[in-house]
Amino acid sequence: MAVLETINLTIRFGGLTAVSKFNISLEEGELVGLIGPNGAGKTTAFNMLTGVYQPSEGTIAFCDAPLCSATKALQPYQITRRGIARTFQNIRLFKELSVLDNVKIAYHQNVKYGLLPAFLHTGRYHAEEVEIEEKAIELLKIFGLDTKKSERAKNLPYGEQRRLEVARALATNPKLLLLDEPAAGMNPQETQQLMELINFIRKQFSLTILLIEHDMALVMGVCERIYVLDYGKIIAHGTPTEIRRNPKVIEAYLGEELVHA
Amino acid sequence: MAKRFSALLQFALVLALGYAIQMAMDAGMINRYYAHVMTVMAIFVVGAVSLNLINGICGQFSLGHAGFMAVGAYTAAIITKNPDLILPAIFTGNVRFILATLLGGMTAAFVGFLVGLPSLRLRGDYLAIVTLGFGEIIRILLLNWDFVGGASGYFGLVRHTNFFAAFLLSIITITIIRNFIQSSHGRACVSIREDEIAAETMGVPTTRYKVIAFVIASFFAGTAGSMMAHLTQMVTPASFTFILSIELLLMVVLGGLGSITGSIGAAIFLTYAAEALRAFRAYRMILYSLLLILIMLFRPKGLLGTQELSYGLLKESFKSLRTRWQRKKNDDITAAAE
Repeated sequence: MAVLETINLTIRFGGLTAVSKFNISLEEGELVGLIGPNGAGKTTAFNMLTGVYQPSEGTIAFCDAPLCSATKALQPYQITRRGIARTFQNIRLFKELSVLDNVKIAYHQNVKYGLLPAFLHTGRYHAEEVEIEEKAIELLKIFGLDTKKSERAKNLPYGEQRRLEVARALATNPKLLLLDEPAAGMNPQETQQLMELINFIRKQFSLTILLIEHDMALVMGVCERIYVLDYGKIIAHGTPTEIRRNPKVIEAYLGEELVHA
Repeated sequence: MAKRFSALLQFALVLALGYAIQMAMDAGMINRYYAHVMTVMAIFVVGAVSLNLINGICGQFSLGHAGFMAVGAYTAAIITKNPDLILPAIFTGNVRFILATLLGGMTAAFVGFLVGLPSLRLRGDYLAIVTLGFGEIIRILLLNWDFVGGASGYFGLVRHTNFFAAFLLSIITITIIRNFIQSSHGRACVSIREDEIAAETMGVPTTRYKVIAFVIASFFAGTAGSMMAHLTQMVTPASFTFILSIELLLMVVLGGLGSITGSIGAAIFLTYAAEALRAFRAYRMILYSLLLILIMLFRPKGLLGTQELSYGLLKESFKSLRTRWQRKKNDDITAAAE
């Protein structure tokens, strides 16, 4: 069963077609990469999948239920509740809040108590808050951030901020995780750790993962399949070895080969 | 359980303090002028803390708080002045006043819902413009409504508000808003302030929470309006102008956007300052503008920022002051040695 399937997804900004006829299909448990030169439309595709942008044409189906079609489109928070979580290319943490609160906010959708218990701090409020806190700390432990739970998110080192963003995304209990350049700005050692972490959470939380990345070592190392996007169109699709040899991909990244060289 | 008991005990102790002050006022130990000023302070605390929920906690920008106070004030005034209108005549005296205050708050909350639902979809400056316009519309409507006296105002209200009533309202407001902020719903509001797109992607229905915060704040603004009306024993459209909204905004900004204790302190201080500088009343707007500009230049997050004033914070800042002082002393010693 396909976890995610898009059909002819297209978005236009005025006269510019940013992404055109974007067709991808992810099977359960897969780890798929989405690569492409700068400005190819990778993040725009993510924004359509998460409901931040409404596509001009095309449909998205998630676990066989439509997320977005010509007649209706879900809000980003509704899509999150269906089970798609994401991280951002330029980290978007709640900077002034503590590490713990960042994760707690992502548990929001599971909170059952209403406004009145919130106003009066009833027993129900305390019970649920304790539960949320325990779950959040457990998750932070997996990411090695539990010792920094009271620190403000903005004061964390860069690599930890990236990790926290992944932890926060996982707190929404997703089936599909979209990672937008998780290794951007990391050194090779941190990237290596990140690869291990991605593999670990994928098994631990039985996730399907779609990954945008510029770091080829990481993409080729962890992804089972790769889609290549250039000028808003998918130009190639296959296993890492196939992609590495594909002339169209080489052309997109390195430019056309000179015939009279 | 112990937590809840100590919270209740704290609440009871604070109320007892308020009641003791009221008894001192009744016994003539505090002169009537100061009693009046203290009551006004308590009412402004309600106004500032509730505005902080919109502007500081939720990160939206409302300039129409005076409008909601006006809605609450007029609704409550109509109810207490007409013994058989809206509420049945069996409710009299203070009971009628309390119910009228609640109804004033609810009407303000309802109006807040109507204004908020379309305008909170807008971001940033647009909301400020819409709420500013709303405040003026309410004022002009009241100005032309003969039933409540039009421009000359609605007179002859009974003086129901005393210090304890206003104090009680301010404690209830602070408790409820603080509890709200500490809950998951409150965290959802704070996440909107921090990063709206990220909040939405984390499963927070942002528009709904902006409206919820707006409605809660409008409710308390309405009750504050009712308190004010039954303190001054009259309501006029002129008491709810744009300037009142700016005064409340100044309290929130001075105390720190997002800091409840900051708003309380700033409301008390600015109410006192307005009284102390009564002789220079004509220059008030110049002073306010200057103060706002200075805060924005030198302390854009307000005096307390998003932090709350607590024993821990005091200890921390005292420690940092001491280390700074010691470092300076050491520097002086080395300088002298050289």
